[in-house]
Amino acid sequence: MHEMSIAMAVVCQVEEAALTHDAVGVEAVTLRVGELAGVVPEALRFSFGLACEGTVLAGAELLTEHVRGRARCTSCAAEWATGMPPRLCCEQCGDSRTELLSGRELQIATVRWATGSRRALALEEL
Amino acid sequence: MCRLADLQQAVLARNDGRAGRLRAELSARGTAVVNLLSSPGSGKTALLEAELRLARERGVPVAALTADLATENDARRLARSGAPVKQVLTDGLCHLEAEMLAGQLSGWLPEETRLLFVENVGNLVCPASYDLGESLRVVLASVTEGEDKPLKYPTAFGLAQLVVVTKEDLAQPAGFDREAFLANVRQVNPGVEVVATSVRSGLNLGVVLERALAVREGAAPHRPVMARQADAEPHSHQYAHVQG
Repeated sequence: MHEMSIAMAVVCQVEEAALTHDAVGVEAVTLRVGELAGVVPEALRFSFGLACEGTVLAGAELLTEHVRGRARCTSCAAEWATGMPPRLCCEQCGDSRTELLSGRELQIATVRWATGSRRALALEEL
Repeated sequence: MCRLADLQQAVLARNDGRAGRLRAELSARGTAVVNLLSSPGSGKTALLEAELRLARERGVPVAALTADLATENDARRLARSGAPVKQVLTDGLCHLEAEMLAGQLSGWLPEETRLLFVENVGNLVCPASYDLGESLRVVLASVTEGEDKPLKYPTAFGLAQLVVVTKEDLAQPAGFDREAFLANVRQVNPGVEVVATSVRSGLNLGVVLERALAVREGAAPHRPVMARQADAEPHSHQYAHVQG
């Protein structure tokens, strides 16, 4: 299961970004995960919770945006949904010169930072 | 009030960057890396041992690094070829990453090495996502594993630059449906070369060596459709702030 390594890479990058942004906490991280990225979102969510412990991301929520695989034939210009496992030969003309339009995404899309004031408020409530 | 940062960073950017630098460093000293992937028991070590022997006979300086969760059995087998061999124990980790490989090569890889074979951890899921700085990625499947392996592990087979069928001598008793296997490979990776091999009969041994040497000499390797999505990994490190 490499989702733990993926989760740790996400935490590492968001920690670096947190320094740049002077962020004191992270409320949510949104990942864009393609259908053909080879990552299982449920396993990633589990690993993410563990990877966040003891970091500025502690308690952060992981949100995932699913991106469907789409392909286009460079010969006849047909476009289709690849499905999973992907069908990467042209369904119209059988040509194999296919261009992948989407589906391999594995990106940190956005991070929602916890604001300092909100954090202070939460501490007061304690 | 909350602050949102639009990061748009590839999750594997760090590994991909390290892999790219390793590829450039090794290429500058004349070494190309071959990354071998397969499920456990498909015959990676047996094929690699045969390829190393042939390389030695032909006077090609090769080396091999083999990764397993535990035991040094594979290194002992590969060392019989006479090539420099290093065993990496991943302590439970299911794949190699570029930084790990770079660390292992430092101070060990003989200067004259032209081809470095990396036998990845036996696993068709996790290693598929990690570029190791290889110049050729080879995915193996034995005839006893079933024709639908490429569909069950589309990332591994979809990103292969060469597919090697092993244990061809067992194809008939195992009832291997070659046409179905080839159709399944073509579905996820149109245009990739598929070669049948047998360490027992000697069929097509040396093919990995020859393809790897060709790529090292400048031949363009196969570019899988799955590796050709232009905008998947933008490597953008610009931050845009949205206040709301």
